[in-house]
Amino acid sequence: MELFHGVNIDWLGKKWYFLGFSLIFSVAGIISMGMHWSQIGSPVPLGVDFRGGTEVQVQFRQTPDVAAIRAATMAAGIKDASVVIYDVPSTNQVLISLPEQSNESSLDAGRQQIVDALQSHYGNPFSVRNVQVVGPTVGHQLEAQALKATLLSMAGMLVYLWFRFQLIYGVAAVVACFHDTLITIGAFALLNRELSLTVIAAILTLVGYSMNDTIVVFDRIRENLALSRKETLPDVVNRSINQTLSRTVLTSGLTFLTVLSLYIFGGQVLKGFSLALVIGILIGTYSSIAVASPMLVAWQEWRGKGKAVSLPAAKRPRA
Amino acid sequence: MKKNLKNKVALIIAVLLVFTYGIIGIPSGVSGKALLEAIGNRIHLGLDLQGGAHLILQVEVQEAINADTDNTVARVQQDLRTANINFSQVVKPQPLTRDNTGKYSGKPGLLEIDGVAQANSNAVRSLLESKYSNEFDVAGGTDTPFTLTMKPLVEKTLEDKTVQQAIETINDRVNSLGVSEPKVAPYNLGANQILVELPGISDLERVKSIINSTARLEIHAVEGTPYPNEAAATAALGGSVPPDVMLAHFAGLNAGGNADSVYVLKRVAVVSGTDFRSADPGTDSNTGQRTVRFTLTNEAGERFYDYTSKNVNTSMAILMGGSVREVANIESPIHDSGEIRGTFSQEEVQDLSKLLRTGALPASLDYLEDRTVGASLGADSVKEGVTAAIVGVLVVMAFMLFYYRGSGINANLALFLNLIILLGFMGFSKSTLTLPGIAGVILTIGMGVDSNVLIFERIREEIRAGKAASAAVDQGFAHAWVTIVDTHVTTIVSAAILFLFGSGPVKGFAVTLTFGLAANLFTAVYVSRVIFDAHLNKLKSGEMVSI
Repeated sequence: MELFHGVNIDWLGKKWYFLGFSLIFSVAGIISMGMHWSQIGSPVPLGVDFRGGTEVQVQFRQTPDVAAIRAATMAAGIKDASVVIYDVPSTNQVLISLPEQSNESSLDAGRQQIVDALQSHYGNPFSVRNVQVVGPTVGHQLEAQALKATLLSMAGMLVYLWFRFQLIYGVAAVVACFHDTLITIGAFALLNRELSLTVIAAILTLVGYSMNDTIVVFDRIRENLALSRKETLPDVVNRSINQTLSRTVLTSGLTFLTVLSLYIFGGQVLKGFSLALVIGILIGTYSSIAVASPMLVAWQEWRGKGKAVSLPAAKRPRA
Repeated sequence: MKKNLKNKVALIIAVLLVFTYGIIGIPSGVSGKALLEAIGNRIHLGLDLQGGAHLILQVEVQEAINADTDNTVARVQQDLRTANINFSQVVKPQPLTRDNTGKYSGKPGLLEIDGVAQANSNAVRSLLESKYSNEFDVAGGTDTPFTLTMKPLVEKTLEDKTVQQAIETINDRVNSLGVSEPKVAPYNLGANQILVELPGISDLERVKSIINSTARLEIHAVEGTPYPNEAAATAALGGSVPPDVMLAHFAGLNAGGNADSVYVLKRVAVVSGTDFRSADPGTDSNTGQRTVRFTLTNEAGERFYDYTSKNVNTSMAILMGGSVREVANIESPIHDSGEIRGTFSQEEVQDLSKLLRTGALPASLDYLEDRTVGASLGADSVKEGVTAAIVGVLVVMAFMLFYYRGSGINANLALFLNLIILLGFMGFSKSTLTLPGIAGVILTIGMGVDSNVLIFERIREEIRAGKAASAAVDQGFAHAWVTIVDTHVTTIVSAAILFLFGSGPVKGFAVTLTFGLAANLFTAVYVSRVIFDAHLNKLKSGEMVSI
């Protein structure tokens, strides 16, 4: 069975549609991030890893009532407790959090306070499934580390691609990755989902994955450039994309299916992680075709004013 | 042209067996239960799958430096007196203080000698330089008072030693809890932090009290009588606390029901922390009260004897974690063993002895982060992760069969072997499997199959271009190889960065992803090729591969 036989779509011709599509999502994401920033001080809701504080995951025997739980904590003298539904009604789980304390030793007391408050003021029998207490030192360390890791990742890719291809290929690929990261984080802002350490891991993975995709197309472009001297660059790029389309859609499709399985069956703990991957894989595939390739052509046109195929023949692959 | 595949097939089967061993070792039987047990022995589950406690502690190394320089203050005073040189005081001009958010400030490594006459200047300098210049930089003496500043290298060595000692002490204490496979290790290079992971523990309170309660154990000389509060004590001292004394609250149980007592103590401890060698619970022969008997090291014992001989009929206070635990009258000189009396419960006496025995912590510990995953959440996570993985594998396998027909079997076999190698790697390297790690396995499935898709698509192209079966297969592999290497390397690079920067669960993800992709290079290319060749061998001339 074959899905993409003899495809001949003019991808570059559609680049303005692609640009529009990307712009809409990017801008929507940025606006949402801006709104979050003005409300909570960070562009995306942050998980307890980053914002610090106490987070207690509680499972109740009967359906929990958020208002009643909040009342129970107030009755026990706890201010600023936030109660969020985690998984109701299937497993009746709720997340109760206290904000970051500047003094690390008082963080700890918070957990016991929450448990005591629930026991004395809220009659629903419960068990504590998970507790996270993160002091401000660790929270800030983690933020710095996550940022460093992301930037380092992209820099590493740039260098690798510069080495295997030419600089412009590297730049185009990194711009595509940046675009993917921006849209994914924007999606988190739009959907009001928390950014935790595992989500950052997912984002770093999709940076690698998006690179993958882009490299497959670039490899084909490089091969075709070496073979053909007469075609214009846009034609070569179009042909390369069409040739690799089958493979691109299939792999992304398969990886997407496995990640979707993770999102549906993998449980609540990994929800943020799998959501980032689900969005990331779709956008990553899209960006190889719609962002990286047109960028190559645009740069060449700006540089050479429409000369024929003259992307400096990328280095011979050392297989 | 038939290829000789026997060697290659043998290699593949050998790999299969080796990595299967990696997963299950040598199982005791073939029943489902025995196999699961065997796997459990080889593959370690992370805290998020097992349930357990995870703590990150900050070692307040400044305190250790402070204690060390306290000792130096005493020694300098002693040396100056022995040399008959007059001075007014040896102090720390910027003593170590802690504000109420817990932050430390001050320079504990800086000592100042005041009141040295100009005439004695040279004598003092040569004394300081001969005895202290290994650890301290000597300065001043002409217009400004002499100062001793601890050398940065010495400070760093002391900090590292303190962290190391803390790790050993915590290890001892944690081991006594009976946790299987506890982990106590340095964390976050250079930040003096310790990671403690205790699988299976859900009651953190007892753990914390074991680890943290006895921050520092010290004996100080008491001056005068106790006061009802700090203000009264400060007033009695003339309005401000002089640099050579400190105030401490009473926290012992044998108080006569008094609301609070504040003692004025000499700042420099007579003996402290590492001077204690052992401790055991005991009973007072006269009163039948529970006591804790302790012994000091030889060197500390001599100092203690020296001190107690000169100070009979004065009081000394035993401090734990900065609070006075007991005040005792020195009735006669004490060498190196003594007894702490108080109204202790059985558990308190045992805990106290254990704490003294395992060596007091050289500095206090602060909690930076703690997480507890309940065992039920852990079990659920395992179930959910494995379900997602199985569904993922089945979906992919079904699709490959449907889309690539005969060659789909090829891809599925390669995928299966890939998973075995991946899990075998984990078993051999004793890596920890975390929930993101399971996600990494799932991602490996998706990305691993990518290589096969690349190759197969290329083969289809070659067939369309008119090549014969074996030539098409050859070309397919040759062209796809370059791309496969590129894509795998880039993903492994981001996994490596994740491994460096990530915490435990994220590291698990990076590990499975890297192993999986590395294994994929072998299975998708070498193994697939062998299977194709075996198939090609069977084809009659002119027949095409099923793809």
